Amino acid sequence: MAEPTRQDLDELETVEIKVNMGPQHPSTHGVFRMVLTIDGEKIVDCVPHIGYLHRGSEKVAEGEQFHQVVTLFDRLDYLANFNNELVYCMAVEKVMGLQAPERAQYIRVLLSELQRIASHFLLVSSFGLDTGALTPGLYAFRGRERILMLFEAVSGARMMHNYFHIGGVKDDLPEDFDKRLGELLPILKFDIEECDKLLSFNEVFLARTRGVGVIDTATAIDYGMTGCGLRATGLAYDVRKAQPYSSYEKFDFDIPTGQHGDCWDRYWMRVQEMYQSLRIVEQAWKQMPKGPVNAIGRRLLRPPKGEAYVRAENPRGEIGVYLVTDGTDKPYRLKVRPPSYCNLVALQHMLKNQYLADCVVIFGSLDIVLGEVDR
Amino acid sequence: MTSNVGNTPSPSLFDRAAPGILVARAEDVFAMARKSSLWALSFGLACCAIEMMSAYMAHHDLDRFGVVTLPSPAPRQADLMIVAGTVVRKMADPIKLLYAQMPEPKWVIAMGSCATNGGPYYRSYSVVMGVDHIIPVDVYVPGCPPRPEALLQGIITLQEKIMRDARNRGRSA
Amino acid sequence: MAEAHSPRESRHVGTEAIVPLSEKAQALQTLVKEAFAEFSHEVGASLDLVQVTVAPDMLVPLCQTAKDDPRLDFKLILLLTAVDYKDRFQMVYHLQSLTREWTLVVKADLPYEDPHVPSVTSVWRGADWYEREMHELFGVVFDGHPNLAPLLLWEGFEGYPGRKSYPFYDYQEW
Repeated sequence: MAEPTRQDLDELETVEIKVNMGPQHPSTHGVFRMVLTIDGEKIVDCVPHIGYLHRGSEKVAEGEQFHQVVTLFDRLDYLANFNNELVYCMAVEKVMGLQAPERAQYIRVLLSELQRIASHFLLVSSFGLDTGALTPGLYAFRGRERILMLFEAVSGARMMHNYFHIGGVKDDLPEDFDKRLGELLPILKFDIEECDKLLSFNEVFLARTRGVGVIDTATAIDYGMTGCGLRATGLAYDVRKAQPYSSYEKFDFDIPTGQHGDCWDRYWMRVQEMYQSLRIVEQAWKQMPKGPVNAIGRRLLRPPKGEAYVRAENPRGEIGVYLVTDGTDKPYRLKVRPPSYCNLVALQHMLKNQYLADCVVIFGSLDIVLGEVDR
Repeated sequence: MTSNVGNTPSPSLFDRAAPGILVARAEDVFAMARKSSLWALSFGLACCAIEMMSAYMAHHDLDRFGVVTLPSPAPRQADLMIVAGTVVRKMADPIKLLYAQMPEPKWVIAMGSCATNGGPYYRSYSVVMGVDHIIPVDVYVPGCPPRPEALLQGIITLQEKIMRDARNRGRSA
Repeated sequence: MAEAHSPRESRHVGTEAIVPLSEKAQALQTLVKEAFAEFSHEVGASLDLVQVTVAPDMLVPLCQTAKDDPRLDFKLILLLTAVDYKDRFQMVYHLQSLTREWTLVVKADLPYEDPHVPSVTSVWRGADWYEREMHELFGVVFDGHPNLAPLLLWEGFEGYPGRKSYPFYDYQEW
């Protein structure tokens, strides 16, 4: 039998296969379904199917009073609870013309940044698991547990806090907060460095993530991508610096940017953001003023008729809340602009002509939370 | 004290008290084996999945109960399904399919208030009010989300249930 | 405006928030009046953001000008939503310019009976999923959208749950 020639191989008939990465899959970070059309090992097309966690939060919010909606926002992006509560409280405060007292704003910033670090710890853990690194996951969760124990001391719950209220925060910080935070910060820095050293410049990790899933700035903006994905392409845009909210203008921090817009850059942005968040936490702690923590207390709210749009920087990107009120005690229309939803639209572009084995890595680098995508 | 050559362990107290043969009911032995190595299907739907992941990791370690650290990805080799998170009507058919694919004996833990009875989304048009509308549930773990220690308590309760059910030849009433 | 916590009062009616437009927003307002002159629009303000109301058929040319005009440079679409006002639908678009750092709100009113609006996916590719979601939740039809299949709801779902006429789920204990 003669050796197959180049001509024989070119005349070989190939068929494209449709592969379903179903809603239950260890690497899809939640209930997400992709139908991939592959030609050999290369992905030709990808059709994402979402909606497996569509709980109808926006409609449910129209039946709840303003203070009750904070609990719904906790559960939207369930890794960034404080950040979500913050953007909703700011939206209602904007409609009402309120300003939270200064101490409340500093507490909000401190807790939001700690939540950002906790969320990025989980990204390091799951992204490592996607590429096959099992050890950094355990170390990252140890750091995350320390932060969650501090949150429990402050708000009573590890995850769904319901602590930021409209007009400020619910109660003042506990008395031993200074001692706890003072002990936590150096250990946290050590934890972040440890995860960084374990994973970031590992040869296998670099080989799997460098040059994979590249996107350029113009395409990213056209798709509506924000956050670390956009900063990895080289544009230094952060809502905390561009339109500062809740006294972020008083803190000094840098915005890391990437160069290539590939998976490694997106991961590296998040690791650098963890260090910058630590800086903000230290500054907020040292400079915290004394004073009241809530402008209006717990009252039945009837904001005046109006609408407001508020932007904030979540760990996943830019979150926006569009709130329409009509003078009653329930919101008329509440629409959330989830960062993961907008980042996910770019997935179809990023997966073209990539290998099947890279599809999990690209998806993991986008850092999607399905609770936010489906609402 | 005794002449231990190489790796020969010294005779234990148990060997001295009841040497050689142990008599027990078969069901008890099987139940003890099943409860000590529950392999859980990785099925985190929403926020409770994050607390489930915390329960798997080093701080609250589920591995010491036999529930393996890296949860089983395939339903064909899992005997426990922890439904962690909100069950949406669109997801109901995949859940039924996964439950059917698991081999007997299988158990289900409904973790969190969404899986128990719909949770905070009781006004929603697309949420199934509790996963027990779709599949039979053995243990309910309340909370929103339940602490990892609560999930551990749920697994211990399930283990006790497995031992108790051994007397009734399988499922309890 | 920050008062001390006082638990005695049980109601709080917020004051009307009259926010004057900042200088930058005023500059945007004059620029927008001039740049969109041929689209028969009205320019106003929505709290502290500049707002433009336009007829639905002029929407796509206006959005294209907003994106391409180098003085405006609205390259990022932030939000695309529909609000049900019981006698009409209102489409609200929030646009953002990353280089000039300003936000624009574009509104278009649609009739309640048969809401049609041209799709802006030709202008921004990211508007694809927003429009699919508004179609299945509110029933607004986007002319020119490549694929208006259901995104979030399951097959066989009937009705438009985002509308005010769709009732809340009646929870029954059993």
